[in-house]
Amino acid sequence: MHGHPGTLDRREAVKTLLEDRGDLLVVSGLGSSSYDVFAAGEHPGNFYLWGAMGGAVMVGLGLALAQPKRPVVVITGDGEMLMGIGSLLTAAAKQPGNLSIVVLDNGHFGETGMQMSHCGLGARLDAIAAGAGFASATKISDLTGVADFRPQLQWLDGGPRLALIRIAAVDVPRALPPRDGVFLKNRFREHLGFAVT
Amino acid sequence: MDDLATSNSVTAGDWPHDIYRTLKAAGVSQVCYVPDAGHSRLIQLAHADGALQTTVLTTEEEGIALSAGAWLGGDRAVLLMQSSGVGNCVNMLSLLASCRLPFLTLVTMRGEWAEFNPWQIPMGKATRQALEIMGVTVFRLEQPEDAEEVVSAASALAFESDQQIAVLISQRMLGRKKWTEEK
Repeated sequence: MHGHPGTLDRREAVKTLLEDRGDLLVVSGLGSSSYDVFAAGEHPGNFYLWGAMGGAVMVGLGLALAQPKRPVVVITGDGEMLMGIGSLLTAAAKQPGNLSIVVLDNGHFGETGMQMSHCGLGARLDAIAAGAGFASATKISDLTGVADFRPQLQWLDGGPRLALIRIAAVDVPRALPPRDGVFLKNRFREHLGFAVT
Repeated sequence: MDDLATSNSVTAGDWPHDIYRTLKAAGVSQVCYVPDAGHSRLIQLAHADGALQTTVLTTEEEGIALSAGAWLGGDRAVLLMQSSGVGNCVNMLSLLASCRLPFLTLVTMRGEWAEFNPWQIPMGKATRQALEIMGVTVFRLEQPEDAEEVVSAASALAFESDQQIAVLISQRMLGRKKWTEEK
């Protein structure tokens, strides 16, 4: 079991993480993580997943391999990460220097009624990432830790890195990003300079 | 030489090399796969090509999401898998439909022709339907000499017309799997 429940406000944590984001490209996982990223500030370099549960890290990996000169971060929840747990091994095997994975860990499935997740029941995603071969795996439990980690999101080498941010298991009001996938895709590609045909 | 597509040391009838060359010509730069014996030569060719990003997956649906991310970043990807992996992909295929993302997968068939392992039959029989219920267009590759034409047409439909395309490579064409050592 977790030694102590997380206390960080998820919106504050993600807002702090995405301050001065510069060139950073962001993929957000299905559920509350997409709301957090949207609430931190709408940006054409955000790709919000509204489905594809378990796929956030792989979308980030494909993007990071295609754009090695841009830093890429995947921001997702512990539940979404658990469904795609194998993708940590796949990302580690590729060693993309420009890829960061941030897991917002409240130990629960927040979107579906706050059932306890495997993380709440004792699984340690930082240890799993390290075991998979991640270059670094950091556990963060306060805003100072988030701010200290933030510069690493800009690095183009030394990845993949994982940050496990312990957040409070409380409901926050939903903040809904656009959910038309074709719009999100075209906006994102246009941001990277690809013509929408 | 990094780019095997220009190599002359290829014998006639080498359909995996035809597929490799066709994928290169279509601008594919990321190859991801769950290994299959039927794909082993194409996987070797991909690994030998320094211009290709080659990613081994733990499960097939990872390749759907990887292909989506690649396209967002301006790359074209292909997913190589066996028919048994198609069933793992069903929900993840909704990502492609929702975002109208190009997608190309080459699927080596099991469970449809001279199959030795009965456990391969159910998914082999359901492979086409599992793709089609999620909106994927299915092509069949039955003859080695058609490899270039079929993969070329599939690539064009995927990457030029934003379609999701699967090419099923027939088990008859792949040949029987040897289950016992020949003396």
